Amino acid sequence: MKKIMKNREGIHVDRRSFLKGAALGLAGAALPLQNADASFWESFFQKHFHEMNDAEIQQVLNRLEQEYEQQYRKKISVGNEKALPGVQFGYGLDLSRCIGCRRCEYACVDENNQSKDPQIHWISVLRFKKGEKWVDLEDSEKYYNPELVPEPDYFYMPVQCQQCENPPCVRACPTQATWKEPDGIVVIDYNWCIGCRYCMAACPYGARHFNWAEPKRPAEEINTKTHYLGNRPRYKGVVEKCTFCIQRTRNGRYPACVEACPVGARKFGNLLDPESEIRYAIEHKRVFRLKEDLNTYPKFYYFFAYGV
Amino acid sequence: MGSLIKNFFIALRQVFIGDRTYYLWVAFLSFFIILGASAYADQLNRGLITTAMRDQVSWGLFISNFTFLVGVAAAAVLLVVPAYLYNFKPIKEIVLFGELLAVSAISMCILFILVDMGQPLRVWHILPIVGAMHFPASLLAWDVVVLNGYLAINAIIAFYVLYRLSIGKEYSMSVIGPLIILSIPWAVSIHTVTAFLYNGLSSRPFWNASILAPRFLASAFCSGPAIMLLLFQIIRKRSEVEIDNRAIFKIAELIAYAMGINLFLLGAEAFKEFYSGAVDSYSIQYLYFGLHGKASLVPWMWSASLFNITAFFLFLFPKTRENFLTLNIGCVLIIMGVYIEKGMGLIVPGFVPDTLGEIYEYSPTTSEILITMGIWAAGALLYTLLLKFAVPIYTGKLRFETKRQAG
Amino acid sequence: MTNKERALVPVSLVFLVILTAFAALAAEPETPSKKFFVPPPPFTPGIFPCSQCHAGMPVNRQPRKLEMHQEIVLKHMPGGWCFDCHNPSNRDMLRLANGKLVPFDESYNLCGQCHGTILREWKAGLHGKRTGMWNGEKQYRLCVHCHWPHDPRFKPLKPLPPPVKPSDIK
Repeated sequence: MKKIMKNREGIHVDRRSFLKGAALGLAGAALPLQNADASFWESFFQKHFHEMNDAEIQQVLNRLEQEYEQQYRKKISVGNEKALPGVQFGYGLDLSRCIGCRRCEYACVDENNQSKDPQIHWISVLRFKKGEKWVDLEDSEKYYNPELVPEPDYFYMPVQCQQCENPPCVRACPTQATWKEPDGIVVIDYNWCIGCRYCMAACPYGARHFNWAEPKRPAEEINTKTHYLGNRPRYKGVVEKCTFCIQRTRNGRYPACVEACPVGARKFGNLLDPESEIRYAIEHKRVFRLKEDLNTYPKFYYFFAYGV
Repeated sequence: MGSLIKNFFIALRQVFIGDRTYYLWVAFLSFFIILGASAYADQLNRGLITTAMRDQVSWGLFISNFTFLVGVAAAAVLLVVPAYLYNFKPIKEIVLFGELLAVSAISMCILFILVDMGQPLRVWHILPIVGAMHFPASLLAWDVVVLNGYLAINAIIAFYVLYRLSIGKEYSMSVIGPLIILSIPWAVSIHTVTAFLYNGLSSRPFWNASILAPRFLASAFCSGPAIMLLLFQIIRKRSEVEIDNRAIFKIAELIAYAMGINLFLLGAEAFKEFYSGAVDSYSIQYLYFGLHGKASLVPWMWSASLFNITAFFLFLFPKTRENFLTLNIGCVLIIMGVYIEKGMGLIVPGFVPDTLGEIYEYSPTTSEILITMGIWAAGALLYTLLLKFAVPIYTGKLRFETKRQAG
Repeated sequence: MTNKERALVPVSLVFLVILTAFAALAAEPETPSKKFFVPPPPFTPGIFPCSQCHAGMPVNRQPRKLEMHQEIVLKHMPGGWCFDCHNPSNRDMLRLANGKLVPFDESYNLCGQCHGTILREWKAGLHGKRTGMWNGEKQYRLCVHCHWPHDPRFKPLKPLPPPVKPSDIK
């Protein structure tokens, strides 16, 4: 005979009721927390970008355009322009000219659909006092707010994703949600990122930013020309960063920050084109890159065209 | 097969049999689990903005607890090594409870990772074949492999032993022997891989020091056994399991040596940073003296060091080691000291100052603290429930029938 | 006169013409070979062409305070005045130091006389606000589109607001 252990108080839970309760609990846990429509399951089972062929990617783009149209009541196009052959993007920054006006920072926000609340900025402009220690960035100030810039004893250095040739973030990502494209841009697939933020710990330049909450941007301020790997509206819980305006540069245009700069401190071009201005800068100016000792081989070249 | 299922439910029934203290304990834990779950529901809804983590300090309380608990799980090996390799009988009997603790600790680790993720439903992306596991480049992918492997090893060994005991048979060393031998380097590896996770990042000079992995192991071998010493005394009191005092004192002695090494490594790190005084030393300066006026972690770090040094001496001298009052005080001090030092004292200063020189003082929100307490309560509940049928099986009170007996 | 002597006159005339042509060519200063397409110069509305007022006016080369154009206070090239750049005889052109005239939409050649290194960089695309297509037509601007020639130094700007501090993100 089976030995059934009865406790002292005689409390007895029989098998049937236990199983019922367990089944209900499991069923409840299986319900998705948002809406349970087909789009959700399609999104959930979406494959890794590199495992999809062009037709599947186009399906994803169509689904995303539908989702965005529902969300923002606006026609938003999501493109997937591939890298142009024979191109390696490089960026130049003339520190003798930057006045710290932050117009690049805000042009980027508008071009790339960054969240206004909570605020995300892909570009940080750092201020340094002339004559003090600066290459280590320890004594920099990001929150300066004087009446007018440039201030007499200070100089300014904008920092954004350096699109490293040897990116530590790509190495760190456990799901391969971020990778380096053939034209040198390090991209993120916002539908694959699990939000573990290991890449943010790995980045030496503070270039990666996280959506701590649902990104909020008014519909009238949405830039409707977007790229799947670039400036399309992001989600809560994923990482984002500068993509050298992939939606612009793969169509031959300059990034928004380059065009916004009122003093012409920003330079951009194809490192493999000997006639480009970025090659001119590297060959004629004494360029340096941030934290070069870490061997990340950034594409962002800083220089001083002249002294002031 | 049928009897296996029957026996499973008999074991499960044990969970509902207990005295008043047991029910109060379960109710106490359930209360915190419910609080934690509701805080997590809010976090799922609004996003990780309910925590105090921001871009500048992107890992916080959850990963601190994860790191501490991986150490606790690895310390189960501290019991395995003397027990099986040196056939030290007093410890051999209680290895089982250490392995069950490892199972609970790893489960808690997994929970802490899940609550820290921005998109937890996408966790399958990290798996090989169905997902896109970035092995061997990403240390996080390594961590997934070794932690789940360790969980499997410990679960298999523990449940096999319990099953054999429950049907009145001896367990066969040829079955679990290889697994036990495997679990020794595997335990060292789980904590080494977790250390390498931080160690490999050249962007964080505080972590990018070779001393990190040895420090992790040394502090793990203090904190894990200290928790086990407390638990064994509770098990001994609440059941008929006999645990020889010699086992407890031997473990305490090993903790003393581990703490000695831990303190030496801390001293070595402090020397290197403070003597050379380069920019890399700003993080440890922030911890112990504050930086640019920001000093919220300073009292915590000095307390942690005080606890650790005191506990070291308490465990070092046999007089205090073999006195249960001082022994338990030492255990509590070590647990608190290592928790602070390895948790907030390791994760946060990696991000302070951040890569662009900014100092953001991270201080966990209520939501984070509630979720953390909820996960600790869940882990404690899991361990309690595991013991609820493991102890009766171990003491022989609970035996199952086999097909042979029934027929 | 012999036939030989009669032939000498046209031959020497031709020779003289050729010599003069060479001399003139040699004396001609370097013409900028590449024309950069730029937006029109940012004139004050109605001010150009200058000849609509200056065509009949007598030329006074005396450096002095002017009765017209009083809003222009020259803060460029200390000790200089209008005719260092402007052409006295034809106000619709600018005058280089060697006397050559350049139109207003090629004024970069004028600035380049003193700011040669900047001109060299501008031509390479390194100097100045950069818009257009990086792999196609870059949009160039005249120097004067950013630097007002009479007071070229950039005035300080009001900076856009600083980012929100992490402790203020709720």
